[in-house]
Parts: sequence; structure tokens; C-alpha cells
Amino acid sequence: MKKFDKDRIVLGFAGPVLALVVAFALTTVVLLISNRDPFELYRLLFEQASYSDVQVLIVNQAGTYYLAALAVAIGFRMNLFNIGVDGQYRLAAMMAALVGASVDLPGPLQIFLIVIVAMLVGAFWAGIAGFLKTTRGVSEVVATIMLNSIATSLIAWLILPKNFGEQAAGSNNLTTGDIPESGWFPGLSLGAEAGEIYGFTFVAAGCGLVYWFVLNRTRFGFDLRATGASESAAQASGVDAKKMILTSMLISGAVAGLAGMPTLLGDTHTYSLDFPVGIGFTGITIALLGRNHPVGIALSALLIAFLDKASSSLDQFGFEKEIATIMQGLIVISVVISYELVRRYGTRRQQQKVGEELAAGHALTTEKEAAL
Amino acid sequence: MRRITRIATVGVMSAALALSVSACGESSSSSTSTTDSKADKTAIAYDIGGRGDQSFNDAAYAGLARAQKDLGVKGTEAEPSEGESDADKVQRLTSLARAGNNPVIGVGFAYAPAIKKVAPKFPKTTFGIIDDASVTGANIANIVFNEEQGSYLAGVAAAKVTKTKTVGFIGGVETPLIKKFQAGFQQGVKDTDPSVKVLPQYLTQPPNFDGFSKPDLGKAAAQGQLDKGADVVYSAAGLAGSGAIEAVSKAGKWNIGVDSDQYQQEGLAAYKESILTSVTKDVEDSVLNLIKSVQDGKPQSGEVRYGLAKDGVGLAMSNPAFTKMTDVIAAVDKAKKEIVDGTITVKTTP
Repeated sequence: MKKFDKDRIVLGFAGPVLALVVAFALTTVVLLISNRDPFELYRLLFEQASYSDVQVLIVNQAGTYYLAALAVAIGFRMNLFNIGVDGQYRLAAMMAALVGASVDLPGPLQIFLIVIVAMLVGAFWAGIAGFLKTTRGVSEVVATIMLNSIATSLIAWLILPKNFGEQAAGSNNLTTGDIPESGWFPGLSLGAEAGEIYGFTFVAAGCGLVYWFVLNRTRFGFDLRATGASESAAQASGVDAKKMILTSMLISGAVAGLAGMPTLLGDTHTYSLDFPVGIGFTGITIALLGRNHPVGIALSALLIAFLDKASSSLDQFGFEKEIATIMQGLIVISVVISYELVRRYGTRRQQQKVGEELAAGHALTTEKEAAL
Repeated sequence: MRRITRIATVGVMSAALALSVSACGESSSSSTSTTDSKADKTAIAYDIGGRGDQSFNDAAYAGLARAQKDLGVKGTEAEPSEGESDADKVQRLTSLARAGNNPVIGVGFAYAPAIKKVAPKFPKTTFGIIDDASVTGANIANIVFNEEQGSYLAGVAAAKVTKTKTVGFIGGVETPLIKKFQAGFQQGVKDTDPSVKVLPQYLTQPPNFDGFSKPDLGKAAAQGQLDKGADVVYSAAGLAGSGAIEAVSKAGKWNIGVDSDQYQQEGLAAYKESILTSVTKDVEDSVLNLIKSVQDGKPQSGEVRYGLAKDGVGLAMSNPAFTKMTDVIAAVDKAKKEIVDGTITVKTTP
């Protein structure tokens, strides 16, 4: 078994830590320039995060982000950029809500059905991009962006009252009807004050385990990573690259389909005009920040969720809550730069080490030769 | 070894996810108890877009600002974040209510599910919701408007004024609410002159709410309608409508504004001559009235409807060019009378 590699771990942590430090420093500068007290802001953020109801919001949001980021990460591992997670999860949530509201099965079956529908719809929507890429060579970036817009229009059409939508009397909202109680995913209640952690948050954590296992401990995962690293090399060693592209797109879409489930099954029980949007894009940030590693993604999902939720009441204390958006933006920029810096440093260090070893080895042999 | 550490990290991570919450007991609102009960406090929670949207949210703010000035209440505002869920709205309303704000007003129908959950927990607090009548309760005031009635009058005016027998309707985002504007406008046009053609167009579909905020979208849509021969364009599109107003004004055609009297809006002063009239929706007064009713100890509850009868919606009469058209004004006044006495029923869906 491989030796515990200290260097690798230190370097692995150096990237994110450097990024966060830089991001915080830059945020402080931004705040100072705009005449705000940065320490008061940080104090407020942490004070907010110490409240139990805000913590529940953070954890629930992190679960949702985690699923979206996993979907993106599967694509990244394969060198595919699935920007379409946003459209995939919205369409999936909408279709799943429709099916859930129109059938009434006993408890677990109902939930199972809703989740399966969501995964299938997500996989189908991502599969279109995968199919276009494998058969016609269309860039998945372009295809998924376009599919996002198409999903928006499709949902807007499907949710019209004359099609599948419902408009409650006196309401200006459109919904897909309510999912019967058998389809509500039980949550973990932490008391009336704090609220409830969505049960699906734990499913999200489970998905992280599965992601790690499949990628690192199965043949499929190896093929996937190999194709991501070099398509031609993988092909030469007998991996069907086209099949891998389509499969990973389908899996990415299926996981994306899950991203709407915590909210749908745990809270709203219907898809309405104000269903959360944009989670797919936040997922890209999180996957990038977490370096496609299941634990890294979890930590960054928590970080982004923390910034989102802790900042939401900042405007009551005289700060603009958009500061959190600035912080997130700065974090992303710092991450990209610092990962590259750390990578270069790592490579140089490795080269140096190898060079030293070679030199030492050479010295050794020459000594031996001399002794002979 | 490495494998074990990694499995352990994943395990610890999921455990931390589960346990991080149970560590702290205090909730965000339990610490902020009402200390200054003397000064009346009131809060409004905005819809997406927030303050500065030149439209709906701003009108609600104007109501709050007047309440602060005239009634001496202390106002708190809270804005939503993009992509938030109902849970966030529940948390926002709960903390506002616990902080002693009364009334707590949710601006926009998106607050309905949250108010349904929060209102029963604070029976002594009045919750106002604008544009929704689906959630009801003893302490919930549903402020709704008959947008279709005001739009009907706009339709009457447009049908009278048009020379090309073609008028345009630009809706911001295709939601049931904006469809009420379209329905009233179309009916008003058809009832006045069946030969006039209405060109309806929406800028975006939900959940893309750019149609309320991006003037370039409104400008392009108005351009298209002008090309098709429209000479009166009614834009119910919030800030995006200002783009339409610009395009129509430059073409020398008539605009009909929305929500507030846009003839008098400073930002549109350059185009004011082209703004024939505006369909007003008095969100400002509705907010003020609700705050006042709570202060007087007789809080509004149930459906509070603002229609033509109470001047909650109406047609602005500030452009002298419009008021000079006596035959148009007469037709509008006649239609208004007939709507108020029930002779005309205006549809809410096109």
C-alpha cells in the first residue's frame, strides 16, 4: 500500500486555504474602500450562523448545492462541462412534481417514484446534449446552455393552467398541484424554533459516498477518469470513449435531477413559479471550489450556503447583502488562481525532488565506482 | 492507510453535517425580543427585484416611507436573495414578526406559502400580502387589485386614439398577474372598436424575471410592434417598460404606462409627452392603509380589494394632451361608470 503522502495532503489543502485567505483579504479591502467596517460584517455573519434556525437553513441549502455540484463534478471528471444542471434539475423537479401530484401510492413507493422520475427526466435532458456530442460533435457547453433556455420555455408552457398547471383561487401563482402526504420525505425535526432538516439532505450525503466509491473503486470510475484525462489514450487502451461520454452525461443529468428533490419533497411539495432557480450555476462554483472531491465539495457547499444564509438578513443591520455575492465571486477568482499557483509549485517541487534524488543517486553510484 | 483516512473523512463529514445543528440551541429571533414597544414597528419583505425596481417594490416602499413620516412608525425592510426557497421566506417573516414588527407585509404572491406557515404562530401580528388572496386567516390581510379594470380603461383609450387600428401590449413576464393586464386591455379595445387589432407580447417566461428588469428587452419588443403598425403601446413590464417607452416615443407614437403615473416620473421626463396615460395601481396607499389600520387598533383582515370604485386602480389624467381629447375622456368615464356599477364585467384571463 502506498505510503501516507504528506506532501500531497499539504498541497491539497494549500490551494483552498490560500484562496480563502486571499478572498477574505480582498473582501476586507472592498469593504474598507466603501467605508464599511469589515470586522462588524464578519461578526454579524458569524452571529447569524450561530442561530439554530439559520444553521438548519444552511445545512438544507448545502444538501441541495451538494447534489448540484456532484452532477457538475461527474462531468468535470470526464472533462465535460455540464452547464445544463440548472435546466436539468428544474425540468426534473417540475415533471416529478406533476407525476407525484397525479398518483397516490403508499409512502415509500410514492417517494421512490418521484425520485426515479426526477432522475430519468434529468438524465434525458442531459442525454440530449450527450447524444449531440457523440453523434454530431456538438460542444456540450453550447448544447447544455441552449437546453437551459429550452427547459425554461418548456416549463413555462407545461405549467400553464390549460396544460398541466393549476392556479388556486385568489392566487397569482401557478403550481403543479400538491403532492399527497405519502410523498413527503420525512425530515429530522430539531424543535419548533430551529425547524427541520430535510430528509433528502442525508440522501445527498449518501450520494457523495456513492460518487466517491464509483469513481475510485470501480472499473467504470477508472474508465471515466482515464477518458477525462486523455480521450485518445483511453480509446487506445480499449475504452469506448463515445459510450463513456454519453453514459457520464446521463449520470450527471440523473444526479442533477436530484438537486430539486430536497426542496420539493421536504418543503414545497409542489412546483410553482417561485421554485428556487440558479442552483445549477452555484453547483459549478462549488464543484470547482471543492476540486471535484466529495469531501471538498461538501465543505464548499457548506461555505457557499453559509455565505448565502448568514448574509440574508444583513440589510437589517445596514449592510448590503450583495456583499456576500462579492465574496463568493472573489472566492471563485482566488480559487482558480491559487489552485494553479499551488499546482505549479507542486510540479516544481516534485521536479526538484526528483532532480535531487537523481543527483544523490548519481553521486552514490560514482562513489561506488570510485570505490571499485 | 490512505483508504481508511479517506473513508473516515467522508464519515466524519456526514456526521458533522447531521450534528452541526444540534450544537446550538438559540434561534435567530429568540434573542431579539421586543424592547421598544412604544414606537410602532412595521416591516416589509420585498419580492425578487427588491427596492429600486421603479415599480411594484418601490411603490410598497413609498407606502412605508409615508407611514414613517406621517404615522411615526419605524420601518424595517428585508430583501430576498436570488434562488431562495420558501424556507428562507419563512425564516425572514418569522424573524421580522418576532422582532415585534406589526404589520409584517410580504410584497408579492411568492410570499403566500410562507405567510400560511408563519401567520398562525403569531396570532397577534397582522400579516399583509400583496397580490394574493389564496391564503386566509384572521390575522392575514390579502391586498388585491383589479388590474384588469384599469387596463380596460386603457384599452378604451387606446382604441379611440389609434389611427392605424393596431395597438400593442407588452407584458413583462408571462404570469397570471400580468395576464390580467392583458385581458382587461384586450377587452377594452374590442368593446370600443372591434376592428382594432391588439398585438400581445411577453418579454420572458418565469422563472426568468428579466422581463421586469431589462429595458433592452422592452425596447426590442416595442420596435417589433411599431414595425407591425402599432401606434399605441401599453407596456406592463416594470423597469423593462421604460425601454419600450423610449422606442415608442422616438417613433412619435403613444405610450400607455403602468403601476404609477409614468408621465410624472423623473426618469422618463424626456419621453413624457408621448405618455398618453398610465394604468395606476395604488400599492403605496394600500400599504399605508394597512399600517394605519393596525395602528388604529382595527387591523385589516381578509380580502382588501382595490378596484376602480375605490380608485385603487385607475387611469392617470396628468398629460394635458390626453385630457384635451374630450371624446376619449368621455368614453373612458362612461366605461369607468359602467364597470363600477357592474354593467361591464372585466375578464381576468385573456
